[in-house]
Amino acid sequence: MAGKIITVASGKGGVGKTTTSANLSLGLALLGRRVICIDADIGLRNLDMMLGLENRIVYDLVNVVEGRCELRKALVRDKHYPNLQLLPAAQTRDKTAITEDDMVRLAREAATLADYVIIDSPAGIEHGFRYATKPAELVLIVTNPEVASVRDADRVIGLLEANGQIETRLIINRLKPDLVRRNEMLDPDDVYDLLAIDIIGIIPEDSAILGASNRGRPVVLDERSEAGEAFRLITRRLEGEDIPLVTPKGPSLFKRLFGTR
Amino acid sequence: MSQDAPLTLKGTPQGLLLHPRTNDWDALLRALEHSLRDAATFFKGGRVIVELGGRPLPEPALIALRTVLENYDIALWAVLGGDEETQRYARSHGIRTRLPGEAAPEAAGHAPEEPQAAALFIQRTLRSGQKINFPGHVTVLGDVNPGAEIVAGGHIIVWGKVLGIVHAGALGDEGATVCALDLNPSQLRIAGYISRAPDSKRRKPHPEMAYIQQEKIIAIPWNSKG
Repeated sequence: MAGKIITVASGKGGVGKTTTSANLSLGLALLGRRVICIDADIGLRNLDMMLGLENRIVYDLVNVVEGRCELRKALVRDKHYPNLQLLPAAQTRDKTAITEDDMVRLAREAATLADYVIIDSPAGIEHGFRYATKPAELVLIVTNPEVASVRDADRVIGLLEANGQIETRLIINRLKPDLVRRNEMLDPDDVYDLLAIDIIGIIPEDSAILGASNRGRPVVLDERSEAGEAFRLITRRLEGEDIPLVTPKGPSLFKRLFGTR
Repeated sequence: MSQDAPLTLKGTPQGLLLHPRTNDWDALLRALEHSLRDAATFFKGGRVIVELGGRPLPEPALIALRTVLENYDIALWAVLGGDEETQRYARSHGIRTRLPGEAAPEAAGHAPEEPQAAALFIQRTLRSGQKINFPGHVTVLGDVNPGAEIVAGGHIIVWGKVLGIVHAGALGDEGATVCALDLNPSQLRIAGYISRAPDSKRRKPHPEMAYIQQEKIIAIPWNSKG
C-alpha cells in the first residue's frame, strides 16, 4: 500500500514550516513509520540542516526529476533513525526547474517506498507552493497566532479549496500563553473562528526549538520540551489516535498544568 | 437612484441593461461616465443592452455612447426599441436590435418588461483574496473573511460574518442594502457611498442591516421586535 502524502504549507514565510516538517518527519519515524521527507524549497534548502543531514547530501530533487539519478540513490538516510530519509532540495537551481507533474510523479514514487511522504512547501502562493501541494492528500497549514499569518493562511486555504483539495488541518505555531492571557495575541479560538478548519496541533513558543534547529536535532527528540511534546501529539493524531486538543497554558503556579478546551 | 437621474443601469443575466430616462443625450453620457468611473473594473469586459422604449436614439448619440462604453472596455451589444431608423443604423453598426431567442422585433413605443436581476447563491466561506463580482443580488451562506470582496449590483445578504469588503448597488442603486448576522466589514460600500465598521475591540456579534439614509450609510441592528 502506498504511503500517505502530506504537504506542510503556510503562505507566509518564517512561521515554522520547515521546523514543523522536520519534527513531524522525525516524530513519525520515532513511532516506527518509514518516512521520506522532501524539501521542495528549491534554491533555499534548509530542511537538511534542521535534520542534521547537510554534510551527507550527494544528489538532490532536481537530479532525480531530470533523470540523473534514481530516487533511492538520492535519498539521504538518517544515521540514528534509519526510518527517516530525506530528499534534499537543489541549492544551485531555482523553482522553475520542476513542474507540478514532476512533483506528483516524484511524490507518488516516494510513497511506494514509505508510510509517509512529508513535503516541505516553499513560502508564497506561486509556482513553488503549487507544485508542493499538488500531490498532497492532506495539507497541514502552519500559522502563527497573529493577524498577518492568519490572513495568509486563509488565502492558502482558499486556493486549495478552489483546486478541490479540501483535506486541510491547521497547526498553530509559536503560541505564547502569557501574551494570549494579556489579550496581546490571538488565541486558538480566534484563529479557528476565522479559518474554520480543524486544528491538529498547537505548538507553544519554546526556546529549545532554536537550539535544536541549530544543532540539527529537532525538538521532538527532547522529552522535556513542551514544543517537542506538542509535535509528538500531532504525529499520534496523524496516526489516527483520538487525542483531544489542549491549549498550552504555559508555566503557572501549577507548572505544566494543562486545561482542556 | 433618484427619480430624475438621466439613466438607470441594471444587471441582468444577459448583460447590463441601460434605460435612458431623458432625451438629453449629453447629460445621459455624462451621468454614464460618472457611473462607469466609480466601478470601472466591475464593468470591464461586460456588454450593454440599451432599452430605448419609444425614445429614438440619434446616430451621433449612438456612436458617442459606444465610444464611452468602449473606453471602459464594455461592448454596446444591443439596442432595443427606438424607431425604425434607430434600428436600421444600429444594425449597420453591427449592433443587435433583438436579443437572441426573441421572436419578432418590438413594436416601436412598446417597452418590454425589464428582465429581473438574477441572484447568486454561494454556499461557502469567502476567504482572503477571493472576489465575487455579480450584477444581481448576492447571498452567502458562510463568512466573508478579511481580504475577501463582494461587489454586487443588487443587495448583499450574508448568513455569517462580514469582515472583508462588500459593495452593494455597485451599478448605482442607492436602494441596495447589506444584511449580515455580524456586520464588521473592513469597508462597506453602497452605490457611491463608503463607510467602515466602527472601531471597537471586543464587540458582541449581532445581525445588522446597512443602507443609505440621508446621504450616509447607516447600519441598524435587527431585533425580533422591530
